[in-house]
Order: sequence, then C-alpha cells, then structure tokens
Amino acid sequence: MASATISVPQSDMPLSANLRGKVGMWCLIIAESAIFSIFVVAYLYYAGKSLSGPTPAQVLDVPYFASICLFASSATIILAERALHRGKIKQFGLFWFLTLALGVTFLVETGIEWDRLIYKDGLTISTNLFGTTYYSLVGLHAFHVTVGAIGLTIILLLTLFGGVKQEHAERISVFGMYWHFVDAIWVVVLSVVYFITR
Amino acid sequence: MADAQPMVPPLAIPQEREGTRPFVQVMHDWIVTVDHKRLGLMYFSYGIVALVVGGIEASIMRAQLAFANNHLVSPEVFNRLFTMHGTTMIFFAAMPIVFGFANYLVPLMIGARDMAFPRLNAWGFWMSALGGVILYFSFVGGFGLYGAGSAPDVGWFAYAPLTSPAFSVGHSTDYWIVGLLISGFGSIATGLNIMTTILCMRCPGMKLGRMPLFVWMNTVMAGLVLVAIGPLTAAQLMLLIDRYLGGHFFDTQAGGSAVIWMHFFWIFGHPEVYILVLPAFAVVSEVIPVFSRKPIFGYNIMVAATVSIGFISLGVWAHHMFTVGMTSYANAFFVASTAAIAVPTGIKIFNWVGTMWGGKIIFKTPMLFCIAFLCQFLIAGLTGIMLAAAPFDWQLGNSYFVIAHFHYVILGGIVFGVFAGAYYWFPKVTGRMMSETLGKWHFWLFLIGFHMTFDFMHIPGLLGMPRRIYTYEASRGWETWNLIVSIGVIFQALGVLVWVFNVIRSYFKGKIAGSDPWDAWTLEWSTSSPPPDYNYAELPVIRSRRPLWDLKHPEDPDWKYE
Amino acid sequence: MIAICLAIFLVVFSLIVYSTIKFRKKADDNQEPPQIYGSNQVELAWTVIPILIVVVLFLAAARVIHAVEDAQFPPNTIEVTATGHQFWWEFQYPASAQIRCPGRSDSTSPCITTANELHVPVGAPTHIVLLSADTDHSFWVPQLAGKIDLIPNRRNEMWIEPHDVGHYVGQCAQYCGTQHAKMLLNVMVDTPEDFQKWVQQQEAPAMVSDQVAAGRKVFETNACMNCHTIGTIAQGRFGPDLTHLMSRTTIAAGAAPNTQENLTLWVKTPDAIKPGCLMPAMQLDDQDVTALVAYLMSLH
Repeated sequence: MASATISVPQSDMPLSANLRGKVGMWCLIIAESAIFSIFVVAYLYYAGKSLSGPTPAQVLDVPYFASICLFASSATIILAERALHRGKIKQFGLFWFLTLALGVTFLVETGIEWDRLIYKDGLTISTNLFGTTYYSLVGLHAFHVTVGAIGLTIILLLTLFGGVKQEHAERISVFGMYWHFVDAIWVVVLSVVYFITR
Repeated sequence: MADAQPMVPPLAIPQEREGTRPFVQVMHDWIVTVDHKRLGLMYFSYGIVALVVGGIEASIMRAQLAFANNHLVSPEVFNRLFTMHGTTMIFFAAMPIVFGFANYLVPLMIGARDMAFPRLNAWGFWMSALGGVILYFSFVGGFGLYGAGSAPDVGWFAYAPLTSPAFSVGHSTDYWIVGLLISGFGSIATGLNIMTTILCMRCPGMKLGRMPLFVWMNTVMAGLVLVAIGPLTAAQLMLLIDRYLGGHFFDTQAGGSAVIWMHFFWIFGHPEVYILVLPAFAVVSEVIPVFSRKPIFGYNIMVAATVSIGFISLGVWAHHMFTVGMTSYANAFFVASTAAIAVPTGIKIFNWVGTMWGGKIIFKTPMLFCIAFLCQFLIAGLTGIMLAAAPFDWQLGNSYFVIAHFHYVILGGIVFGVFAGAYYWFPKVTGRMMSETLGKWHFWLFLIGFHMTFDFMHIPGLLGMPRRIYTYEASRGWETWNLIVSIGVIFQALGVLVWVFNVIRSYFKGKIAGSDPWDAWTLEWSTSSPPPDYNYAELPVIRSRRPLWDLKHPEDPDWKYE
Repeated sequence: MIAICLAIFLVVFSLIVYSTIKFRKKADDNQEPPQIYGSNQVELAWTVIPILIVVVLFLAAARVIHAVEDAQFPPNTIEVTATGHQFWWEFQYPASAQIRCPGRSDSTSPCITTANELHVPVGAPTHIVLLSADTDHSFWVPQLAGKIDLIPNRRNEMWIEPHDVGHYVGQCAQYCGTQHAKMLLNVMVDTPEDFQKWVQQQEAPAMVSDQVAAGRKVFETNACMNCHTIGTIAQGRFGPDLTHLMSRTTIAAGAAPNTQENLTLWVKTPDAIKPGCLMPAMQLDDQDVTALVAYLMSLH
C-alpha cells in the first residue's frame, strides 16, 4: 500500500482537492436554485389569478437601470478577479468596490420601486396573490443580493487592511461564483416578472 | 485471512486515554469538534435518541388504538402524537442516522482524512440538532400567549389550509415550520459537504468506478438532498409569509391553492424517502458481499440503477396526490413514473441476491439483518407497486395500508439496514466486538415484533380504516387487527432494549476487534479500530474496488479483472 | 395485478430462501468462493422482464383511470353536491330527472339540503361534486368507490353506481382537524321506491307542531339559528341542516345514534360525544334542553 511502489496513471487520478471550493459553491448554487425555482413556479402558477387588487400591467415598470447595474457588477467582479490573479491588489480593490457600489445601487433601486408600489399603488404582500408572489420572489432575490453585498463589504474591508493577496485569488473567485449566481437568478426573475407575465 | 495489523500503522503519537482528563474538557472537545468521526457519532446518537422518542410516541398511539372507543388520550393529544411521531422520525431520527453513517464512513472509505469542509460539517450538525430542540420546545411554548403550550397537530406533511392562521391558532404550527427550516439548512450543508468530499477528496487511484458502492449511494443521496430540501424550505417560507405577513400562497379564500402546497411538499417529500433509503442500500451493499465472501454482483449496473433511481425519484411525487382530483393524464403520468422506478429498484434486489448466490454465507448478526432487509424491502416494493396503480390508491391511499407500506420500507428496510450497519461497523468505531448472542436475540425479537405489527397492519387498511384517527367504533371490524398490531410493538421495544444493552456492554467488555474483524475489503478496515484522529498516516493509493482483497490475495488481485 | 405482485414475491422470495440455505458457509470450509463480478446476460434478463411487467401494469392502470375519471353520465344520473365541513358532510341535491322540486320558486338553490347521510337509488349512477367549506377532507366509502378529496377553492367530482341495496359506512379520509376521526359517512342505497319516498320527505316543509312550540322558541331565541337551518325558520349555514333531522339514523356525523338521550347529551355537552368539535355548549338549563330536544325530535 506504500505510495512509492504503485504509480497511478493520470487517468486514474480523481478530482483534485483544490477544487473543493468551486465544487462546494456549485452544490450551494444547486440547492439555492431549487428554492428559487419553487418561488418562480408559484409566481407563474398564480399569474392572473388574483381575485382583486392591482395587476402587474398596472403597476410594474421594467427596472432597466437596476438590472443594468446588477449585470454590470458581474462584469466588474470578473475584472476584479482577473486583477487579483495578476497580483494587482489596487486594481482589484477598485473593481471590487465598483461591484459593491453597483450591487448596492440595485438594492436602493429596488427599495425605491417598492416604496412606490406600497405607498402610491397600494400593493403590499397581503394585497392579493400578485402582491404575495411578487414581493416574495423579488424579496428573496434581494435578500441574496444583500448577503452578497455584505460579503463584498467584508472582503473590501479586508483588502483595505491589506489582508487580501494574490494567493487568495481562487477563494475570491469562489465568492464570485455566488455573485454570478445572484445575477443569473435576476435574469430569470426579470424575465418572468417583468416580461412574461406582465 | 483477516489481517490484524493495519496496512499503514498509525503514527507513533502517545494517545491520551480519555479517562485521565476532566469531564468538562472531554465535553468541550466533543462540542467544538470538527472531526467527521465524532460528528458522525453525534449525528448517529442524536438520531437514536430521536428514534426512541418517536417510538414512545408511536407506542402511546398504538395503546390508544389497540381497542375500539379507547380513552387513553384525547383527540388533541393523539393528533399531536402522530404529527410529532412522523416529523421526529423522518427529520430527527432517520436523517441524522443517515448523515451519521455518511459522515463517519465516507472519508475513511475514500482514503481521506476528513470531510471537505470540517467546520461546515459541525455547523450542519448543530443546526440539525437545534431544529429538533425547537420542535420539541413546542410542547412547552406552542400556544405562546394563549396558555399552556403544545406541539403541532397538523400532520407531518402539514397540508394547507389546515396550517393557515384560521385553522391553526397559536404557535404550534410555527414550531413545526421553524424547527424544520433550521434543520433543513443543516441538511443542505451536510449534503453539500458529502458531495464535495466524494468528488474532491478521494485518494489517488480511486476513480469514480472504484469507489465502494456505499460511497456511490451516498453521492446520489447528497445530490437528492441538494435538490429536494430546497422545495420544502421554499414552501415553509411561503407558509410563514402566509401566517405572519398576510400572504396568500395557500389562502384558499383569496384564490390561493391548497393543492400547490401538496405539490411543493411532495416534490420534497418523495425524494426525501430516497434520501433515507439509499444509505440503507449502501450498508446492505457493503455487508452482503463480505458475509457472502464474494464481490457485489454487477457493480456497474448497481451504480447505474442507483443514479437512475435518483433521477426518477424527482418525477414521481404526485403519486401521493392521486386522490386530489388531477386529470386522468396527470394521474397516468405519475403511475408510469412510479412504476418505472420499480425497475432499477428491483434490479438492485436481484443483484444483492446474485451476490449471495454461489457464495459462502456467514450468518453473523449484520447478515441476518440484511437478509431480512431483502425480504422485507421486496414486500414493501410490491405494496408500493400496488399503490402506484392509481385506482388501487384511490381505495387504499390515506389508509392503514399506506401506513403499513411505508413503515415496511422505513422499518423493514431502512431500520434493518441501519442495525446491520451498526453491528458491522461497531468494531471499527469502538475497537470491540458486539455480542453475537445478544445480537441474535435483538434480531429475532425485532423481526417478530416488526412482522406482527406491520404485516397485520395492512388488513385494517384493506377493511377501510383511514389514517390519523384517534379512535374507531367496534362495529367497523378493525379491533382485533389493531390489537395484534399494537402487541407487536412490545417485541420491537424489547429488541431495541437488547440492542442498547448490547451496545453499552460491548463498549466496555466486548472482545477486542482488531482492525479487520470481518475480513473485509474496503479501506476503512485498513485503519486501526478505532481509527486515529487523522485516519491515514499516508494517503492510500489503490488500484481496484477492493484494495484490501488485492493486498490479501496478491496472486489474484481484483485489478486484473476490473 | 395482485396476482402479478404475488408471483413476483414468490419467485424472488424463494430465490432468497434458496440461496440462504444452499450457499451457507460450511464450518470447516475456509476457501473463498469463486469471485464472480456479474453477468451481462443475467442483468439484461432481469431488466427486460421487469420493464415488460411495468408496462403491462401501467396500461392496465391507465385504462381504469380513464374509465373512472372520464366517464360519461346517462340522463338518469342523480346529481349531488357534497361539501365538507369540519366535521360534518353537507349534501345538496339540485333538481334533476328523479328530483322534481315541487313548489320551488328559486331555481338556483338546491332542491334538497341534508347532512351526513346520503341517499341514492340502486342501479343508477350518482354523480357527486365535491367542495369544501374550510379545509381538506376526503370522501371514502370503501365498498362503493375509491376516495376523492374535498379541497377548498377546488371542484372535484366522483361517481358511484351501487348494485346492491343497503347501508354503507365510510368516513373522512384526509386529516381535517381534531375530530377528523368522527366524520363518518352513511350512504343508504335505496330501492327506487324508497328513494322517492325519501326525496318527498326531504322536500316537505319543516314540521310545525304546537306541542313543541316551547322547544321551537328555545331554538329561535338562542344562537342555534345562527348555524343551523330548519326549513324557512332559520337559515344558518355553519352547521348541518336540521329540517329533517329525524330522518337520519345518527347525529354528529355518525358519532352517536340518533336517540333522545344522545340528542340531549349533544345539546348540553357536545364535547361528551365529540370532544373538540365546533358545536359550542349552549349553556341552556335543563328545562330548555328538554323542550328543545322534544322540538328536534319532531323534525321528521
């Protein structure tokens, strides 16, 4: 059984332990996607079935600016990761900050939209089926963006204090996967809520 | 020839004997541990405690139902008992036991030193444990401000709109929701950990095709956890939104649907039972070959069957909803998918028998439980096929026939598999052998009790007895059968008591086991018993599915034939 | 179907038993048996055969599903709407070929409204529409048909076609709350003549008799009429229609036989018969209870 006497051909080598982070994050993404799928299914199922109250066509405007911000933040986070990979900490910090700023802008825009929906259009989570499914789905997504923003902030602070170095590039990219996932979910939510069923 | 020496001896580090340290320090070490072996034991112990608690709940119910018009417990208490019994058994007994086995054995079997994420492992365990505590706190705090507390009484699948604020006042239902929500996060974390560990932490030479079947089955289990727990989490969040934020997900007055809760729940619920049964298959797939002295028959087909069971199980859920009034096309689809899953399942049973065929079977306790498992799982599968035919289900669904069927799977299948595994790996975990005599007493007592209860339980179902009723009239003709069913519980309880006694006694006085008491072939038997904290001083390098066979039979190694 | 399952069981079980006996390890034999890894032919055989069995089972089941769910109803079908309540059954019969509704001006309301006991004629199909007023229930009379659930905000349907006259017992089969266990169903399959007699009795107006005027007054002046309907006197919808209470053999959805003693106990302390049911104890004194029960017992 001594490792010295048996040589293992490359084809027999299993996946490397270095891939743990990425594999683990994929697993998390799968689990989270399962949760989101159910909220999307509920949204689709109840589309058009509200007994009263405002309808999507009446009160929803496509959040173009917020969406562009969020999609752009996926680009900036890729740029940040590339910078860190090449050891350029300052550039990494800059793009990382941009990512956070764009993400926070998305959240602020969502807040503004909800403020209008609640106080001007009279749509709350308890108004009707549309209200319930809308706030739940968009809210769940916004919650995940918030968690991501907190993570981004922590990493930004660590960067500012000099704790983030080139050797952490792999781990940073694992976090980046989460951020891309949040973005991908927004593609689905945007399509379903603001285009398909409006 | 069993090899008493481990393949690579443990490092020469003086091991501190546990008895010399203060108790508080020992407790502290267990609480902060991130070692997969300790966490595995903690999961397993938690599960066994919950099993006993759930068993007590069942015993009280059986005492109430043993006679017609009995007044042992009120309807309110009975309804809480069956809710808590089901919830406890599925989420706090079976799942922790299953995670316990996976946690302890998977790293050892793949030649790793721990799980991929040890701290996440600990987090997962404590979340699961917390969930159970929250659920049971309901007995104290369920009604909240309304008065003396109580446990949820909505059934373990908590159908809407019974769970809406209108029909479920107080907080008892919320304890069900929150307890399971929290343990659900723990389950997802553990599933993630198991999957990542298996994919990334295998030792050199262990391609996917050389993993023990135990590991394969836990892989599929982990995949199902990742995909199936989410729907339950989502549905429970929706229910909380309904109950506290005025949402209308399941509010039929506002146009909501009670049926959609059922869909969401069973999209979780059916894969969940495969999450529970695949690890039992995993145990049986390891024990039967060793005690038949042959490799598993048809390894590749077993893997394929397991993976297909995993996939198909995601598409059968509405066979729990045949009586809901779906269209004939929907009903027919789910008949087809449910019947389809019988094919790979049957193939596995045949392969296990094929392993025994032509072997030299040793009737030690683990093997006895496995043989009983085979017969019982066969029967369970066949009653399942009957129920898969929707017209049968229209008569027998939601009756004691269904209860008999699924207890046949869970007790006759899963619990028998768990006992087989417990006897099989006890020597590895503790370094001592369990008593074979007591083991056989446990087996026969439990077997008799199990069959007394669950064979006869089919009959009241066939005679029209629905489930979840706290009493019945004598004129219905169910009393005799219910009495026999209830008496069987006594034998099962005695069997479990014998087992617990065996565990405790053997821990202190059992014969020293050595590293490989069963003359087995997978990597965990190459370590000392118990294994050192770091599992392997040097990571093993392997060339076949049975590395220890290769070492013990250098003239006829497996890698020549694979 | 059962035959196929039994056959499979016998075959596989015998194989298990046979291998357990034939392939026991002999005490003195320490050699390992031939290490067989598998056999593609055997695997193929025991894959193909189960697939065939499964296909046959599916086709058989699909046929029955279609026959039951997509059945067409002849003109002499009796229509009934069953509404599930916690913890009783409401049955309404709209006008149809066999139920004429004389003297009924309002064509939208049902001809007959009754509770807990369903009467149907033998030999004709009865089509039952299933609704729920509160939570999920399930209509199950094993000797007549399979069960279908009653779900709020959803219209389900089923049908029965009994061949034998008699009294069939069933009960709610979907957990619906505290007294799910005592939500019994009593289906009386009558001869066509008996069925018509029952229909006429149900269509008759509520009995009014001066002898029980005191009891009627108790009914009208207490909260009873908020929940219960009696003819046109009271129009409550939360509890069973009592207009023809004495045409039923049991009370409280089969929880107790319909006798004076049980009616008295029920009115005084419903929890004594059905603990946790939704009928409140009305806190009446004994004299009022006696009068009330006398009134109820006049409602034929």
